Amino acid sequence: MSPLAKEGEAYEQEHVHAVYEQIASHFSSTRYKPWPIIERFLRDRPNGAIGLDIGCGNGKYLSVNPNIYIVGSDRSTNLVGIASKHQPHSVVVSDILELPHADGIFDFAITIAVVHHLSTTERRVEAIRSVLATLKANAPALIYVWALEQDGSRRGWSEGGDQDVMVPWVMRGSKKAARQQDCVATTQTEDKVFHRYYHLYRRGELEEEILAAGGYVLDAGYEKDNWWAIAAKQPD
Amino acid sequence: MKLLTLNFLTCARKTCKSTAAAFPLHPKDAELEQIEIDMNPLFVKNMLPRLEWEAMKTLTQELGLPALPAETPAPEELTTEDGEASQVLKDLHVLLMETSVASGKLVCGNCGHEYAVKEGIANFLLPSHMV
Ligand SMILES: C[S@@+](CC[C@H](N)C(=O)[O-])C[C@H]1O[C@@H](n2cnc3c(N)ncnc32)[C@H](O)[C@@H]1O
Ligand SMILES: [Zn+2]
Repeated sequence: MSPLAKEGEAYEQEHVHAVYEQIASHFSSTRYKPWPIIERFLRDRPNGAIGLDIGCGNGKYLSVNPNIYIVGSDRSTNLVGIASKHQPHSVVVSDILELPHADGIFDFAITIAVVHHLSTTERRVEAIRSVLATLKANAPALIYVWALEQDGSRRGWSEGGDQDVMVPWVMRGSKKAARQQDCVATTQTEDKVFHRYYHLYRRGELEEEILAAGGYVLDAGYEKDNWWAIAAKQPD
Repeated sequence: MKLLTLNFLTCARKTCKSTAAAFPLHPKDAELEQIEIDMNPLFVKNMLPRLEWEAMKTLTQELGLPALPAETPAPEELTTEDGEASQVLKDLHVLLMETSVASGKLVCGNCGHEYAVKEGIANFLLPSHMV
C-alpha cells in the first residue's frame, strides 16, 4: 500500500469505522425505510437473481424482494450482526476495497451511502472499480452518495461549498435513565456527539468517478440530497 | 454463516482472487449449528444452477456432512409427482440453508490466510500489510 493510501485508511478507521461501530444500534434503529429508487431497483431484479449489498449497514435492503438472494457486507461487525437477522440472505464483514468475492459472477450490486466515506478521489474510484469487478458483463450496480447540493435541507450545504466535511451524529442521553441512575451512581447521560467523515459529491462527480473506474453509466439522477447512478463495467 | 454463503466467497486478497486454489475457502476447526429457516422451494430451485457443485461437494466432505448427489439435481428431481417438495429438495434445504458455521476459520488454499468466523459471522478484513 502507498503511504497516501495508508493515511487514507487510518483516517477512515478513526473518522468512519470506529464511529459506526459505536453508534451501530442507535443508527440501526433510525434506518428502516427503503428509499423509493432503491426499492424499485431491487424489485425490478429478475427472480433468482444473485447480488451484493456492499456497506449494507443494518441490512434494511436485504428483504425488499423475496425472490432474489443477496450477500451483504459491511466493515462494522456490530452492524453486520444486526443485518444477519435477514434470512435467507447472508452477511459478512469486509471492506469495499477488499471484497471476498470472485470477479464477474454477480447479477447486480447496490452500494448505498458508502463510497462517500472514502477520503480521497483515488480511494473512491478504487471502491467503484471493486464493486464493478464483482459483476457479470453489463450487470447493473446502483450507487448512492450524498450530494453537496442540499439546498432544501437543514444541513445547509450547497454548490461551491467545502466537499469534505465532518457530520455530527447525536446520541441523546435519556432523561428518564438519568433520573433513575441518579440514585445509583453517576452515569453518562448527557448527549454524546460523534463525527463521521463524508465527501459530498457535486453534480457530475459520481459519473466521472464511474468512468475513471472503467465503468459506464446506464442511468443517473438526484433524489432528496443524494446523487445516484446505475453503472456497469466496460467489457474488457 | 450458512453453507450456501461459501459458494459466493473467496479470499479477499487481490492476488488470490483469480486463482483456482482460493475457491472454495476451507473450513478449519468449524463448529456447526443448525439454524431452522422456512423452506422456500423456489429459492432452492433458483439457487441450484448457480452453485459450483464440485466446490460444494468438497465443502460437505471437509465438514463431514452427508454427501451431495454426484451431479447438480435436475429441476424434475425437486418435486414429487403430486407437486410437493421432494426429499432431495428437503435435504438440500437442510444442508445449504440451515447448516451453518457458528465459529472456526476459513482458510485460503492459495495464500493460507485464515479468516475467523465468530458467532456465525465471517470477518474478511485484512491486516494492512497484507492488502
Ligand atoms: C450511511 S451508512 C449506509 C448503510 C446502508 N447502506 C443504508 O443505506 O442504510 C454507511 C455504511 O457504510 C459502511 N462503510 C463505511 N466505509 C466502508 C468500507 N470501506 N467498506 C465497507 N463498508 C463501509 C459503514 O460501516 C456503514 O454501515
Ligand atoms: Zn488468499
